[in-house]
Amino acid sequence: MDLKLMIWLVVGATFALYIGIAIWARAGSTGEFYVAGKGVNPVANGMATAADWMSAASFISMAGLIAFLGYSGSVYLMGWTGGYVLMALLLAPYLRKFGKFTVPQFVGDRFYSNTARIVAVICLLVISITYVIGQMRGVGIAFSRFLEVDLLWGLIAGMTVVFIYAVLGGMKGITYTQIAQYVVMIFAYTVPAIFISLQLTGHFLPQTGLGGTLSGQDGVYLLTALDNVLVDLGFTQYTTNESFSTLNMFLLTMALMIGTAGLPHVIIRFFTVPRVRDARKSAGWALVFIALLYTTAPAVGAMAMYNIINTLHPGGVGNTAEAMAYEDRPDWMRTWQDTGLLQFEQQGDGERVHYYNQSNPPAWADDVEGQGYRLESFDRDILVLANPEIAGLPNWVIALVAAGGIAAALSTAAGLLLAISSAISHDLLKSVFMPNISEKNELRAGRLAMVAAIVLAGYLGLNPPGFAAEVVALAFGLAASSLFPVLMLGIFYKRMNKQGAITGMLVGILSTLLYIFLYKGFFFFPGTALLADNADGWILGIAPQGFGTIGAILNVIAAVVVSKLTAPPPKEIQDLVESVRVPRADAATS
Amino acid sequence: MNAKLQEQRTAYWKANVRILVGCLTVWFIAGYILPIFLAPVLNMVSLGGYPLGFWMAQQGAIYVFLMLIFFYAWRMNKLDRQFDVHEE
Repeated sequence: MDLKLMIWLVVGATFALYIGIAIWARAGSTGEFYVAGKGVNPVANGMATAADWMSAASFISMAGLIAFLGYSGSVYLMGWTGGYVLMALLLAPYLRKFGKFTVPQFVGDRFYSNTARIVAVICLLVISITYVIGQMRGVGIAFSRFLEVDLLWGLIAGMTVVFIYAVLGGMKGITYTQIAQYVVMIFAYTVPAIFISLQLTGHFLPQTGLGGTLSGQDGVYLLTALDNVLVDLGFTQYTTNESFSTLNMFLLTMALMIGTAGLPHVIIRFFTVPRVRDARKSAGWALVFIALLYTTAPAVGAMAMYNIINTLHPGGVGNTAEAMAYEDRPDWMRTWQDTGLLQFEQQGDGERVHYYNQSNPPAWADDVEGQGYRLESFDRDILVLANPEIAGLPNWVIALVAAGGIAAALSTAAGLLLAISSAISHDLLKSVFMPNISEKNELRAGRLAMVAAIVLAGYLGLNPPGFAAEVVALAFGLAASSLFPVLMLGIFYKRMNKQGAITGMLVGILSTLLYIFLYKGFFFFPGTALLADNADGWILGIAPQGFGTIGAILNVIAAVVVSKLTAPPPKEIQDLVESVRVPRADAATS
Repeated sequence: MNAKLQEQRTAYWKANVRILVGCLTVWFIAGYILPIFLAPVLNMVSLGGYPLGFWMAQQGAIYVFLMLIFFYAWRMNKLDRQFDVHEE
């Protein structure tokens, strides 16, 4: 069957499924709209959390990042999974016991202060809106690349589907669609990976294939071969890549872990299960479903890298006479060249493509310097999407990957939109500005807020701010330095009061913003950066992306010091903390 | 809340914090000490085709994280029953 028709069929079928679920799971009350009536099975919630969490970045970009960073790419693998340990152990069970609808609600009630609530809402909005831009962009790119429709129409299609199930169904509709989306995306990710692992190493599981030997080359390990070809090309070894210093590996991994645990759209997923012990278990299931993709990703990255190098050097690295001829390049390179994400540049005479590290050329490259073609740019986002084509897999696999990428982006976008709309309708309207609003009107306001958020996200997806990549680092830095510490202290430090919490959040956010702005420009305006964004310019060698860790530490110190200097929280707040710490509802009082 | 119950609650919370500290120590060893700080040393040993430090960073740490969450859930459910604070 024609590839394009196949993709239309597969993507169309998944969309019909999502809409069907939306009609079945309409929300009738604010409880259903915000937290799916607290009736979600913990395993089902784990699956929905996995889809909620794994965004276009996890699905499309991560394996590519790892392919080019090798060992250093581990910061993303560990950072984006280890955060679940923090969330499961330090936050989820207690916030579930608190038993309300949103994260700012906990901050506002625990610190008996609308100022604290509003600061938390602002953090939530900055984090979530930043995230949602990337998702909408992902939907648009998947549509325009695979279905060859205009980015605008791709975005409108994506927005319409999210609109139908998120606005109608609220958390309930989102939860059940996310489960379907998880199934679609995990198939789309693992099926090509299994095929490629079988081709390359004969292993069914990519997780063991990555540590296996290459088929047809007796006893040569894939990773050893990859290390060797990369060194021959003038790059560093794959398994010991040192793109980040040890200090920055540590800070970056920690910032991603703390940031993950502090992301409001993920935390609220744990409000949907019936009991505290379900929240604990559900976090484990979430990580099971996430780990299926995250342990496959390093194999996808390494194997794709190996395949690409072999495609460019069919006669072996250093055999310049047999390097790939430009005219003989495979079809997938031609298709991706059309998108601009892959670029070749003609250097001089000669028909062959010579690929090596330009800034550290190997000795053999002297002969071909200034000849033939050079691989000018290879966008890492291509890797997963082009993977089935690189490995020459059948058309239905390519269609599945397209549907998977769209599912990853839509499921995360829906979760974020819910976090945004509940912060506005519940935390700003109901808690601060209109305490007497009826439930029906609050539900209506929530839906309206979501419509507004979808339109804003779509607009930003179409006209993305030029600094999108930097802003993602900012989102994690903010989540790490503002929300996580204040939530944790609220549970584990009974003496924490409102002055401490507000000071802590402000110190965390402002120090992190300041450090990022110093290197990336104030509000990302080009030319306003005060210091050079490289290892020499970084204070104590700390990379801006890893500063969230420092921001979190500053937050905790400021919060504890200020809290010690001011009056302890009132008795009823201390009782609230006591009750949050105990699972059974009636056990805390009397 | 009477004094005896208060004492019970404090004991429950202390036991919880002890379990947490234990789990987070394992989390730190599996997520930082082995895959980052000791990676060059571990890489001298191989696990199939994987240098051990590299395996820990790209596979092993994730498996440990998983086991930790399920262990904590199991251990806390036991503790909840022991202190009679479990849910119906």
